[in-house]
Formats: sequence, C-alpha cells, structure tokens
Amino acid sequence: MRATSLGTNRPTFLSVYALVVFAFLYLPIAVLILYSFNRSGVGGFPPKHFTLSWYSQLFADTAIWDSVLNSLLVAVGAVVLSLTFGLLAALALDRATFPGKSVFRRLVLLPLILPGIITGLSLLMFAVFAGVQLSLLTVFLGHGTALISVATTELFAGLQKMDRAQEEASLDLGATPWQTFWRITLPNLRLSLIAAGLLIFTLSMDEIVVTIFLIGRDNTLPQEIWSRLRIGITPEINAISTLIFAVSVILILVWYRIRTRTIGKQAQELLERP
Amino acid sequence: MYSRAYKFVVSLPPLLWVAIFLLVPYALMLAHSFWLVREGVIIHHWNLQNYSKLFHNPVYVEVLFRSVRIAVTVTFLSLLLGYPLAYYMSFHAGPRKDILYQLVIIPLWVSYLVRGYAWKTILGSEGVLNGFLQYLHITKEPVSFLLYSPFAVVLMLTHIYTPFVFLPLYASLEHIPRNLVEASHDLGASPCTTFLRVILPLSLPGLLAGATFAFVLSLGDFLAPILVGGPSSIMIANIVQSLFGTAYDWPLGAAISVCILLLTVTLLYLTERLEKRWSF
Repeated sequence: MRATSLGTNRPTFLSVYALVVFAFLYLPIAVLILYSFNRSGVGGFPPKHFTLSWYSQLFADTAIWDSVLNSLLVAVGAVVLSLTFGLLAALALDRATFPGKSVFRRLVLLPLILPGIITGLSLLMFAVFAGVQLSLLTVFLGHGTALISVATTELFAGLQKMDRAQEEASLDLGATPWQTFWRITLPNLRLSLIAAGLLIFTLSMDEIVVTIFLIGRDNTLPQEIWSRLRIGITPEINAISTLIFAVSVILILVWYRIRTRTIGKQAQELLERP
Repeated sequence: MYSRAYKFVVSLPPLLWVAIFLLVPYALMLAHSFWLVREGVIIHHWNLQNYSKLFHNPVYVEVLFRSVRIAVTVTFLSLLLGYPLAYYMSFHAGPRKDILYQLVIIPLWVSYLVRGYAWKTILGSEGVLNGFLQYLHITKEPVSFLLYSPFAVVLMLTHIYTPFVFLPLYASLEHIPRNLVEASHDLGASPCTTFLRVILPLSLPGLLAGATFAFVLSLGDFLAPILVGGPSSIMIANIVQSLFGTAYDWPLGAAISVCILLLTVTLLYLTERLEKRWSF
C-alpha cells in the first residue's frame, strides 16, 4: 500500500533535520531558564551553583512589579477595546456592504502586516497632532487599535464557520436583532472570542515596538526590560522572563482545556440529540 | 436577512474608529513626508526635498541595501528551516503531528525582546557559547565577532520568523489532497519528482505568505540591531528612529517610513495576485 508509506515511514534525514530545527527554536529559551538559577549570573559554561536569589531579588524589585501592573492594565484595556471593534468590524465585513469595504478591510489589517515602527510613529504623530500627552492611555489606545486587526481576523473566521440557520430561525420567530445578537451570535462565537482575547492579551503584554513611541512616564513591563537591557545584562531579566514563559505556557494549557471541554460538550450534545 | 439598521449599527463604529485612529495617523505620516523642519520647527510647506535627500545621500542608500540584504537572508534561512520542518510534520510525523505543532507555536509566546536578550547572553564575549567553547578547549580566547554583527541580527530574526514562516506553509501542505500525492506515486514518479511537480507547486501560496511576512517584518526591524547588532548592522528603521528622536527631523523620517510602507504594500499586492493565480 502506498498510503502506509506516506503515513508511517519517516525518512531519517528529515527527522534529524526537524530535530535540529526544534533544538534551534528552543535553545535560547532553555538557556534563559537555566541561567535564571545560576548563582554567578548569565554567561560562562557550565552553569553551577543553583540559586533562587535572582528570583528573590526580582520579587523585591518594586519597579518591575509596577510595570507588570501597568502592562496588565494596558492589556486588559486593549483586549476590551480591540474585541469590541474587532467584533463589529468582523460583522460588518461578513454581513454588510458599503462603499470602500475592501479599503476598510485592508486598512484594519495593516498594523498586523506593516513593520511596527510605521504604526507606532503614525500614532505618535497623531498624539502630537491631537495635543495629547503621552501616557499609559496612549499606549492602551495604540495597542487596542493595532490589535483590532487580530480580533477581526479571528472573529471573521469564526463567523464564516458559524451556522446561519440559527440566527435566521431566531429572527423568523420574532426575536429582535438585539436579542438574536446576545442569545445566538455571541454564544456561538464564544470560542473565537476567547481565542482572540488570549492572543491579544499576550501580544499586548509583549508589545514593545509601538509602545516605545507612545510611552509616557510609566513603563510597561517590556519597556522596563528594554530600558534595563540598554544598561547591561542582569539575571533578574532571566527570572522575570522565565516567569512570563511559565504564565504563557499555562495560558496555552488553559486554552486547550477550554477547547477540548467545549468540543467534548458539543460532541455529547450531538450524541444526545433525539 | 439582516436589516439595514443592523448593518449600519455594526459598520459605523469600526469605520469611524479605524478612520480616526488608523487612517488619519497614516495620512499624517504621508503629509509630514512632504513638509520641512527648520531650526527645530516643522514647517507646513509642501515640497519633495525629503525624498530627493533620501536618494542622494549614499548613507541612506547603503543602509537601505543592507536592510534588504539582511531581510532577504532572514527570509531565505527561515524558509530553509521552516519548509523541511513543515513537510516532515505534514507528511511523515503521523500521530505526533499535533503535539509537534504545539511545540512550534510555544516559542511564539515568548516575547520578542526576551528572545533577543537570550541570544545576547548566548553570543556575548563572556556569554554562554564562548564559555562552552572554552570549556571544551576548542578556543582559548573568547570569540568576539559573534555578538554585535549582522550575523547576530540575522540569527535572532531567523529565530523569530521561522515559526511565522512555518505556520502558513504547514497550513498549505495540510490542504494538499493526499490522493494527488498517491496518484503521483502510483503513476511511477519518484519521491523527488512528486515533491517538485506536485507538492512544491501546491504549497507555493503558503510559502509566499510566510516569506512576505518574514521579509517585511525583518526589513522594518530596529530592535534587533540595537540589541545584538551594534553599529555595523544599523538598519533603515534605526535611521527612522533616530530621525524621530535625537536627530529631530520628522519629515525626513516620515519620508523613509513612507518608502518602507510603499515597498510593503506593493509586495503585499504582488503576492496577493500571485497567490490568487496559484491557489486551487
């Protein structure tokens, strides 16, 4: 059978190559985590003397935790802003026709495709033009606006997969568009909304390129790390990065739990149908 | 099925928001590129001086070429790493496919800055790699050319964009109907011919999407040169950044940005056309 030769036979060369690529992808992450526990700091080989002192130093560093708080504020705000406008934009692209629709679609997606410096500088010029002082508010508006692109892409895909019959039935049976939206459209988009929300949250927590141009006095976490990196290397950054990595991995796992649970529930509902 | 009012209500807010917070800023960028700065004040006098300055200054042209060279290398290397990986996973990984896919995604969740920092700690003259080489007695003195060179920038950007190149590639390989591949085998084509005549052409849309993304984003990068590149690998976006910062010439910086923007949009337009032609 030809089919088996496609599915199970693994050419050794390709397997080794794939392994090397994975090693390349994970090497910096492994080094980062490993040296966050190294007493003599970053660099040198092999790492010796396990220590948690960089972590205790990190926990005592109030500037870092202030910046974490700022980043959380900005990220939560950005998620709300971009999901709101992204949902409406996805609905508009999916269901409405208006002049300039294709221009609108491209414009929404531009921040995703353009180098961040262009979006960042454009927004900086806009802030100066509008006479707004740079602060966390401008960072939040920047993140929220740039990430509408991500929300729109995810939610538009969700809408395309959605079964229109339910909405049609709801409208035919006399529900108002408003009721239909809250009871049919939104619940059906739940998974896409969670996925987009998680993605936007992490992207905003990480964002540096747009942030650099819009930041005021209060730093976000990446901005704080950036300003420290310019002074020199400190294992505290390994420690905070390791923590962020752990949180990211937990978020991914949470997402898989939600998804498999919903898929499981959906399958069960399907089975229990009369 | 949806009423006019419904369509109006869902379209108007995002249209307004995007017009105010994206269209106006990008338009301001374009407008600035035709203005001037004199004695630290931006003068709203329309002219083309910035653009002619740009193309007549050999420094800018040189840096632009270097940026394109770095971006092309990064794109090529990302494809070189990403394509065989995607091919292996799509055709030969069997049931381990899903877990391997997740393993490619996870590095994407590690912040750009942090990954750049990690490379810095690896490549530095007192870094991990040098420590490793001396530990094995391969070198006696620290090797100093690793960090602060275009090589380091290419390495860091390749590390960042390989997963980005992988994703659309893998998606397009997964979409290839398996019976086409089997038909090619059954009709006597060697695995190599099958790859070149069936799989590669059908994966071109994904290849193109990934390559464009990697090229555009590495072309406009300015953090990697600061973080690991040093003065010898200044890229075009670094010039823009300094023009908007200490050098204070927003109009000239805007003109360079507009050039990057035009290059990007043209490239996207071309790839979109090609993808349409090649998709099946």
